[in-house]
Amino acid sequence: MMPKSPRIWQLAERRYRLLGSRCTACGKTSVGPRNVCPACGSEDVETVQLPSTGTVYSYTVVHALPAERERYGPYIMAIVELEDGTRVTSEIVDCEPEDVKIGMPVELAFRVIGQESEEGIIYYGYKFRPLVFRKTN
Amino acid sequence: MRDVAVIGVGMTKFGERWDKQLRDLFVEAGNEALKDANMGRDEVQALFVGNFSAGSFVGQEHVAPLLSDYLSLKSKPAFRVESACASSAMAFNLACMAVASGTYDIVMVGGVEKMTDVSAPEATSVYAKAMDAEWESFFGLTLPAAFALIARRHFVQYGTKPEQLAMVSVKNHRNGSKNPLAQFQFEVTVERVLSSPIVSDPLHVLDCSPVTDGAAAVILCSAELARKYTDTPVYVLGFGVASDSMALHDRPDITTLGAVVKASRQAYRMAGIEPKDVDVAELHDSFTIAEIILYEDLGFCEKGKGGMMIQEGETEIGGRIPVNPSGGLKARGHPVGASGAAQIVEIVKQLRGEAGRRQVPGAEIGMTQSMGGTASTCAVHIFGRRKR
Repeated sequence: MMPKSPRIWQLAERRYRLLGSRCTACGKTSVGPRNVCPACGSEDVETVQLPSTGTVYSYTVVHALPAERERYGPYIMAIVELEDGTRVTSEIVDCEPEDVKIGMPVELAFRVIGQESEEGIIYYGYKFRPLVFRKTN
Repeated sequence: MRDVAVIGVGMTKFGERWDKQLRDLFVEAGNEALKDANMGRDEVQALFVGNFSAGSFVGQEHVAPLLSDYLSLKSKPAFRVESACASSAMAFNLACMAVASGTYDIVMVGGVEKMTDVSAPEATSVYAKAMDAEWESFFGLTLPAAFALIARRHFVQYGTKPEQLAMVSVKNHRNGSKNPLAQFQFEVTVERVLSSPIVSDPLHVLDCSPVTDGAAAVILCSAELARKYTDTPVYVLGFGVASDSMALHDRPDITTLGAVVKASRQAYRMAGIEPKDVDVAELHDSFTIAEIILYEDLGFCEKGKGGMMIQEGETEIGGRIPVNPSGGLKARGHPVGASGAAQIVEIVKQLRGEAGRRQVPGAEIGMTQSMGGTASTCAVHIFGRRKR
């Protein structure tokens, strides 16, 4: 379900920039800011920018669509493993369903995720697309 | 803690019940459980009811006092438990502890869901609320899609095949065809499963449990009272409950359901049994891949060998460990909040020897396993014809 307008403002930054949390005690990272480390329970957790590239860990093509996306599909959903090992659930775009593979390199893209109603607020957020130019260090 | 026993069971016909409202379904199951326990409604001291999302499906929250009112349980305490697809299994667990502690002697436990009033896309959206709304479903993940992600990893890591998934559906439909309360009382073939429309690849429609209306209820009491009501009490020998990360992407290996491993080990220890001692099991086959992984994570077979276990017929009625003789969620139907209680109804009937054409001969020890979302919650209960 799409959240109502005010909540968008709390969530905008983390959705737009793919923020995550990193525990300064044990080093565990996960997508989305947290106040307590899910691995060790430490409250010493910082909000960090997660890497913008990774590979497809698993994927599926969604044909039975939820109500919010009734006129949108089929679309590709994946769990992406980022370069630091953090995993994130995301749509894969700019790619035909038959071309997506486990291990395929992908990069962050900023896209429209949905809209509340025909004239309602538009939600933006991250999706991933096949990596076109591999970064050189 | 004192021992507890199930002394009465009731269940509606599962399916598209356009003839009945949410409350009617639960009252029907509750009345049947009371009758089965040879008990008057005044003897029930509390109600524990599992329900996932009546607010989304029929616009009704606060269902526990509603159902208590319509069952005429008067002013008795009534609790609603919500743990997605594991709601009534978790309600049963709380009820076990409430009776074992001595707080109550006799309680009714059940579950109900009325789902077919909404469209299929709306139902898909409601199911998705059982996952992380901010980091999974907002971005487009659905519950079948989550299990499709799990299935694809299982294929890659262990060589499991779509045909083996289909065999789970074939078995459970065959069993369901012998269950007069099942939603689907017809058989399917591997070819038919694999040619059914894709829901979220590699899962087809016939790999997925359906949208269902239905209710199930049981009467639970202290073991010392059980014989007053019935000659065939079924005792709770052990249980285990565990949680896992809400989001699938936060788990180190999505092909292992950690909450299932933990909950089942607790239950085996409490019951003093091993996996091989289970004579019959009702498992949470919301998707065919789930049943295959459950064989592994419950210790019925080695990790990665679940596909071979179904292929070799080990979980058929008459096999080494018969699984889902009722037809499971796949064929019996999956009214989300009622499924955990429906599993218990089936195991009680199996242990009493009352399961008709789907009876597992001589079953002494039975197991139920129920899970919510992507197994962020798991509850396992072990039952026996004899006390611990």
